[in-house]
Amino acid sequence: MSSPTTPSPSPVRAPARAAGGEQHTTRAPEPELITGAEAVVRTLELLGVTDVFGLPGGAILPVYDPLLSAETLRHILVRHEQGAGHAAEGYAAASGRVGVAIATSGPGATNLVTAIADAYMDSVPLLAITGQVFSTLMGTDAFQEADIVGITMPITKHSFLVKQAADIPLAIASAYHIASTGRPGPVLVDITKDAQQEVVPFVWPVKLDLPGYRPIAKVHGKQVQAAAQLLARAKRPVLYVGGGVVRAHADAELLEVADLTGAPVVTTLMARGAFPDSHPSNLGMPGMHGTVPAVLALQEADLLVAVGARFDDRVTGKASLFAPDAKVVHIDIDPAEIGKIRTAEVPIVGDAKEVLGDLATAFRELGAQPAQPYAAWWDRIRSLQEQYPLGYTPTSDGLLSPQHVITRIGELSGPEAVYASGVGQHQMWAAQFIRYERPNAWLNSGGAGTMGYAVPAAMGAKVAQPDRVVWAIDGDGCFQMTNQELATCVINDIPIKVAVINNSSLGMVRQWQTLFYDGRYSNTHLNTGAGSARVPDFVKLADAYGALGIRVEREDQVDDAIRLALETNDRPVVIDFVVSADAMVWPMVPQGVSNSGVQYARDHAPSWDDEAPESGVDPDFVLPAPEGGVEPVSEADAIAEAEER
Amino acid sequence: MSRHVLSLLVEDKPGLLTRVAGLFARRGFNIESLAVGSSEVQGLSRITVVVDVEELPLEQVTKQLNKLINVIKIVELEPEQSVLHEHVLVKVKVDAGTRPQVLEIVELFRAQVVDVTPEALVIELVAGVQRTAGLLKMLEQYGIRELAQSGLLAMGRGPKSITERIPRA
Repeated sequence: MSSPTTPSPSPVRAPARAAGGEQHTTRAPEPELITGAEAVVRTLELLGVTDVFGLPGGAILPVYDPLLSAETLRHILVRHEQGAGHAAEGYAAASGRVGVAIATSGPGATNLVTAIADAYMDSVPLLAITGQVFSTLMGTDAFQEADIVGITMPITKHSFLVKQAADIPLAIASAYHIASTGRPGPVLVDITKDAQQEVVPFVWPVKLDLPGYRPIAKVHGKQVQAAAQLLARAKRPVLYVGGGVVRAHADAELLEVADLTGAPVVTTLMARGAFPDSHPSNLGMPGMHGTVPAVLALQEADLLVAVGARFDDRVTGKASLFAPDAKVVHIDIDPAEIGKIRTAEVPIVGDAKEVLGDLATAFRELGAQPAQPYAAWWDRIRSLQEQYPLGYTPTSDGLLSPQHVITRIGELSGPEAVYASGVGQHQMWAAQFIRYERPNAWLNSGGAGTMGYAVPAAMGAKVAQPDRVVWAIDGDGCFQMTNQELATCVINDIPIKVAVINNSSLGMVRQWQTLFYDGRYSNTHLNTGAGSARVPDFVKLADAYGALGIRVEREDQVDDAIRLALETNDRPVVIDFVVSADAMVWPMVPQGVSNSGVQYARDHAPSWDDEAPESGVDPDFVLPAPEGGVEPVSEADAIAEAEER
Repeated sequence: MSRHVLSLLVEDKPGLLTRVAGLFARRGFNIESLAVGSSEVQGLSRITVVVDVEELPLEQVTKQLNKLINVIKIVELEPEQSVLHEHVLVKVKVDAGTRPQVLEIVELFRAQVVDVTPEALVIELVAGVQRTAGLLKMLEQYGIRELAQSGLLAMGRGPKSITERIPRA
């Protein structure tokens, strides 16, 4: 590559000005010759990526060589590629930056699939880089060959198959851009081994060429004004806030709109923390296990302002009966979400941060009255809040109440901590009983419902934000799916704290079996908890990994154990909270029925109709121990959900 | 259900057809026909899809298609303001007795005979779906030995082009 008029190649990162010899013209330095593998590492570094999670194998081996000497890129070796995927997700969800996972071809790549699907459902900016077999072997069923681009097509925002080293910088830069802009999501870059080995000039910066990708729409001013007018005229509005507000970093603008209008706010599972729980306008989480005030406020509203929310079936219940009297303002960056489930009277495509800012301005310009707006509506909501506060029934078998454990974790760790959860009962309790005051503090698998998310996601969050306390609030079922990453945490000094809410069973499935299958507990007993053989013994498991293991069986041990965990920062901590298997998640809207049928506790539906009042519940919220028959609502609808995790 | 004709301008990238077809399958939309070929802009292909959906799902189809990174533009072509043609090749069994009758039908539909043997004719027709369907119906009685049809091709009438506001590479 040496030409007579240019000096020897200089590194791209330190481009020395190359004098043009006799012509006295300034020329760009001759691009440095590097391998495709080096180009992968260098491109990531130039994009500002500082941490990647991965596990090597044959088809990605070339990339692992320059990784060893990378200066600004830290690679964290996981124990299973799914762990790399969820770690990258947790990293992204906690920090708002793109999470990066690397795997080899074939099974390495397919092990990433669950995490990619998870990131797709929850709009997490994830860059997945996989090795692929030699391009000459592709299509021949070569060793460790899998068509990962084809496999992940339905669960990625986009994907690239790279067969030439020269295409690597552009593919990775484009993937990074697509993953992190617009509605974020996972993007896969699959690189053949020959492309990694090929030596080519490294050209940087690259010019993105994505003519079909226009992620940001200009906000329609008239629509925003129409929304402001609807808000000013509404009698029973609700701000229905989804995870998009977290992804868009629109929490300050949301707070402004909420304060300006005085409208009540509900925060979905994905949006917990987008609006402070301490704010008097926050009614909590709506949906299947939402608070009664949040569920019924949506149901009785005359106006929903949905922001970054997608009318998920877990929020709407039976969609045709959801919020029957409400007009809908739907704000989303993804036009395909608007009108997908529910027709919007005022559709607004745009970035939540920008739209909410505009909405606040438009509302202010209307000069609407700020003093005690929506008074009758708030009276109704306050009475629901008084009558149906969030609470739980203490256990009757002498074992710990999981809700108490989770409440104390939240109270002792505070709002600056990060809480990642698995999927199931413990997830719902963690969403209900921890008070979230800031966005990005609550990480969970909302759309995909991926058991096993918590430990690797917490690990990723701790890497992204090493100064924060990071909890994985996990179930005994979930924990057994990904606890191998404790090894990664110990070896790499990532001191997360794991609270295993150990009810010795697949708790949410068991709850459905209690309610809808006549208490026939088919294949939900895991033998990890009280009175069982304890296989495995989580304290010994923690010990084997070099983590601190603590078992808590009595309520008076709870606080001490949490405090010890908070004080222990030289290694991960696993607390085995041995809780009652009979605790259930309430309130609950049974699958497939109207949200008006929300049940506060077993056999206890609140009165949503003033003409047909039912008795409320004791103000101290100690519910009678629910015994006896099966729910009247346990209908055929529920049976369709037999595979429910 | 109603038929809609969509014209997609797409980047000519590997896997593009899988992305488009997969999206239809995944979201539960039925493709009635699909035709792919080059457009007048280098690097861009044009896909003509006929879908059988209600108005509301159609909006979902186009919105979801628009999210595909390689899809540049989608236009729904109104039948009244468009040329909608498909290409049909059909092999019909004939003998000395039926040949004149078949040739009369060919004449009637302004089709063409493109191959002749004593036992069969290969007939070609480029026309709208009604005319091609009519031809096939008339030929049925003589015994259709083989049939090949392209998907529908469509283009708006008048001077405008769907690539007009697309930056030419």
